Amino acid sequence: MPKLTIDGKLIEVEAGLTVLQACERAGVEIPRFCYHERLSIAGNCRMCLVEQERAPKPIASCAMPVMDNMVIKTDTEMVRKARRGVMEFLLINHPLDCPICDQGGECDLQDQAMAYGFGRSRYDENKRAVADKYMGPLIKTIMTRCIHCTRCIRFATEVAGVEEMGALGRGEHMVVTTYLEKALASEMSANVIDLCPVGALTSKPYAFEARPWELRKTESVDVMDAVGSAIRVDTRGREVMRVLPRLNEDVNEEWISDKTRYACDGLTRQRLDVPYLRKDGALRPMSWNDALKAAADRLKAAPGDRIAALAGDLSDAESMFALKELMTALGSPHVECRQDGAFLPADSRAGYLFNTTIVGIERADVCLLVGANPRWEAAIVNTRLRKRHLMGGFTVAAIGPALDLTFPVQMLGDGPKALAQIAAGTHPFSQKLKDAKAPMIVLGQGALARPDGAAVYAAARKLGELCQREGWNGFNVLHTAAARVGGLDLGLVPTGKLKDVNAILDAAASGALDVVYLLGADEIDMDRLGKVFVIYQGHHGDRGAHRADLILPGAAYTEKNGIYVNTEGRAQLAKLASAPPGEAREDWKILRALSEAAGKTLPYDTLADLRGALVKAHPGFARIGDVTPSSLGSYSGPAGSAMDAPFAHPIANFYMTDPISRASLTMSHCTEVFLNARAAKTGTHG
Amino acid sequence: MALQDKDRIFTNLYGQRDFRLAAAKARGDWDGTKEILARGRDTIVQQMKDSGLRGRGGAGFGAGLKWSFMPKKSDGRPHYLVVNADEGEPGTCKDRDMMRHDPHKLVEGCLIASFAIGANACYIYIRGEFAREAENLQTAIDEAYDAGLIGKNACGSGWDCDLYLHRGSGAYICGEETALLESLEGKKGQPRLKPPFPAGAGLYGCPTTVNNVETIAVAPTILRRGAAWFAAIGRPNNTGTKVFCISGHVNKPCNVEEEMGIPVKELIERHAGGVRGGWDNLLAIIPGGSSVPVVPKSVCDTLLMDFDSCKAVRSGLGTAAVIVMDKSTDIVRAIARLSKFYMHESCGQCTPCREGTGWIWRVMERMVRGEAEPREIDMLLEVANQVDGHTICALGDAAAWPIQGLIRHFRPEMERRIAAYRGQRAAAE
Repeated sequence: MPKLTIDGKLIEVEAGLTVLQACERAGVEIPRFCYHERLSIAGNCRMCLVEQERAPKPIASCAMPVMDNMVIKTDTEMVRKARRGVMEFLLINHPLDCPICDQGGECDLQDQAMAYGFGRSRYDENKRAVADKYMGPLIKTIMTRCIHCTRCIRFATEVAGVEEMGALGRGEHMVVTTYLEKALASEMSANVIDLCPVGALTSKPYAFEARPWELRKTESVDVMDAVGSAIRVDTRGREVMRVLPRLNEDVNEEWISDKTRYACDGLTRQRLDVPYLRKDGALRPMSWNDALKAAADRLKAAPGDRIAALAGDLSDAESMFALKELMTALGSPHVECRQDGAFLPADSRAGYLFNTTIVGIERADVCLLVGANPRWEAAIVNTRLRKRHLMGGFTVAAIGPALDLTFPVQMLGDGPKALAQIAAGTHPFSQKLKDAKAPMIVLGQGALARPDGAAVYAAARKLGELCQREGWNGFNVLHTAAARVGGLDLGLVPTGKLKDVNAILDAAASGALDVVYLLGADEIDMDRLGKVFVIYQGHHGDRGAHRADLILPGAAYTEKNGIYVNTEGRAQLAKLASAPPGEAREDWKILRALSEAAGKTLPYDTLADLRGALVKAHPGFARIGDVTPSSLGSYSGPAGSAMDAPFAHPIANFYMTDPISRASLTMSHCTEVFLNARAAKTGTHG
Repeated sequence: MALQDKDRIFTNLYGQRDFRLAAAKARGDWDGTKEILARGRDTIVQQMKDSGLRGRGGAGFGAGLKWSFMPKKSDGRPHYLVVNADEGEPGTCKDRDMMRHDPHKLVEGCLIASFAIGANACYIYIRGEFAREAENLQTAIDEAYDAGLIGKNACGSGWDCDLYLHRGSGAYICGEETALLESLEGKKGQPRLKPPFPAGAGLYGCPTTVNNVETIAVAPTILRRGAAWFAAIGRPNNTGTKVFCISGHVNKPCNVEEEMGIPVKELIERHAGGVRGGWDNLLAIIPGGSSVPVVPKSVCDTLLMDFDSCKAVRSGLGTAAVIVMDKSTDIVRAIARLSKFYMHESCGQCTPCREGTGWIWRVMERMVRGEAEPREIDMLLEVANQVDGHTICALGDAAAWPIQGLIRHFRPEMERRIAAYRGQRAAAE
């Protein structure tokens, strides 16, 4: 390991580090604009210049690899002069519009200008002005502010995998742009806003909405998909102003998808803020007491096996636990969390988790996607797959519809037949899986949520057994719902004669059920509920609320403290950032109150009590933030016969997958730009 | 003592004879190339080192030394020779004439250099505007292929060497060696960060040597006539012959091959017909192409034209393009024009050059008119110093040096202008 001296301090660092990284280890902060540890090195801002002994010129520390016996000085007159000079150059053509710039208060240039800038300018010439560029509905551009660090270009090219950004022109006429001024077609596009060290790329939906110092910051997790990205929720008063990524190396590194970031404006629209009861066909507001009594009356009147409950995709573990306990108390065995009908047995944990873990993808060498489109179902997972692809020596193959994942994918077939061949060893790819050091198979919900899901699952489990190595579990289920793994962990699967959601819906249609309790379940076909009495507990006036006979207004993910378990089986805490609107209440409280009204009082009065009971029943939930590895045993569940029909991906529109994103104006703009614009246009489209 | 005709390398520099293979052979090209290659790689590199040949592209880095940086054994990656024929330095037109009138010297040099660095492929990156030159060079390449001089088993040596001519698109920055590699790879011509140097990771990430046309073109003659012959010409550490490009206020502008270390006065008077209006009418010269600092007549009186002498007067030999300016020259305007050139040609990648070159030019434009404060001369120098040495490539330095030279030697002229302008304004008011 090379030893070098930094500001008179001798330190030893791993080989391959850059001088800038070594300086950080030594506790010396180096100013920078273009350097970013997750992007390739550009070395173009020249802010990180340091002095190297015996070198005639200052060196760019971000690009210089450490060498033995280097002597680096970061606090000499030469370095100070160089930094001041670069800062002056950056500022001469940068507009002095900080007071109206959305980056103000969290701007790298502003901060570093405080440290290295001159008090007044000696630049008497005219400043440069640059025409703004169109980058889609999410990214607002004020290109005069651009300092040409090329972070956005490198992000788009390297991380997002869309080569749609670049620099045109030369010298002081160089402009950063999307080549054809088209919207940046990536699910990860808005991360360039965080990367931009100045106010050139800012958030379009958030433009002029708030100043950073007015916002209350709450660290939470995302529920727009099953990845559980670490986020920070910024609120002003009750309103969620924006969602930003938080660092979590194991999950999302420091990226989040555009849906995670921008669906939050859906939190203020279509909200359920008072209880409603349907009378004469119309929903009428009513008080909590009356609503709870009405619900309790219905539940008490129905025999246990004529009641069913469905937990939705955004439900927190606490409320699902309470729902399950309430249903058990009422004598109902029909509690289901797999509202898409996916065949997922809850008995073996490794059988429904993303066992490889997201960070584990970086160790894989072969990946087989079965009916999964990670780009839309879990954009962060796709980003990690791309990262692995860029490291080299990685084969990705897929069974299902054609895919554009931003990296090459070998298509092996479109349905269960190809899967069966690989599982039986009659396909050339099975040998590849057998030979691989760290093979992984990713089973998507599109392969499981179909009538032959059991057969597909059985074949995939067989393949999963092929993907086991010492210290390596290559069997992965890619979930799309934030609540799903938590629901399965809590055992929210029916134990009576109705085996799954389809059986429950059929029973409802045929009149075999009296009451169906929907805990935020919006993704089922409401027409199949027949004449059954529907109690909907949730936060948005979406599909479930439209069908409901009784509505109990609940809290969205930013309005409650709750545990969510991501697709890896990682339990994480979502935190209350603002109170639910109107008379809406946190979901576990509603269930607790309802249990009392129904005469089956649940034994907890506080969230702490509830969590205590939850952890006692399911100790895994106590391990917040961790993944407990579980081993994949052999599978002996039902199989059945597979159909010929090709797999279909479960998500038709990435931007609208749940009640919150469906209510979001920004997401509807994205749908318009990224999906509808792609559809063929007729002559009347102008 | 001037260079004798028998010691000239470029015997058809003026195109008086045919450039094609037969005529080139008659002039001695391709003579014993097989035997030269038979000496082996190490011997050739050592002889190049012994000759003392310094790179002719401007930086003056030892050619043999550069070749010796290439890995002795390939690690599986191919080696490449890249010839920089993107001659764009204002005032410089030597490579152009070599390629137009004596292309076989370059083609033969490519083979020998490729062999010496273990490359089986060589790319010549020629400036886009050089249309006729590219045609002649391509003709020479085709002739050499047809005659079995290059290609498979080149000259019967057992070495395979393919030669490709690539035409650039006329960006000055693509003459910077790493920007040239980027451009050759089909990317935007922007210099790369160093390290890694091209000898470690150059074209397509493979070990690469980048040499100027003249460096490569003189190699065969050096190896034919011996390192000692070449080393005996010129001065120690500045050996051999060099093609000088004399332009500007001289009676007969020309390219001429001369001994290194020739006094600039002798060079101009012997070959270019003297300064317009006589030596005493000289104001200043730029000795090595637009990038190096200007030197006034007082320095020129005794200046020798080689790397170390030019460096000693805080200028540089550069490409040896002598730009002569007589007393009719508006020196501030002349340098301002150079500033505009560098602003126009800056690639825009790194901050000091992108922002600094424009700033310098704008201030210089005001300096031409005298529309400035006297303190702005110091500010201008400071800005130039802030660019110099802080950029990824040498274009930033090249933009700063003319300014530094101007202020060093012609500050009174700049002050005079500012005073005159103020006087005029005062009179008008």
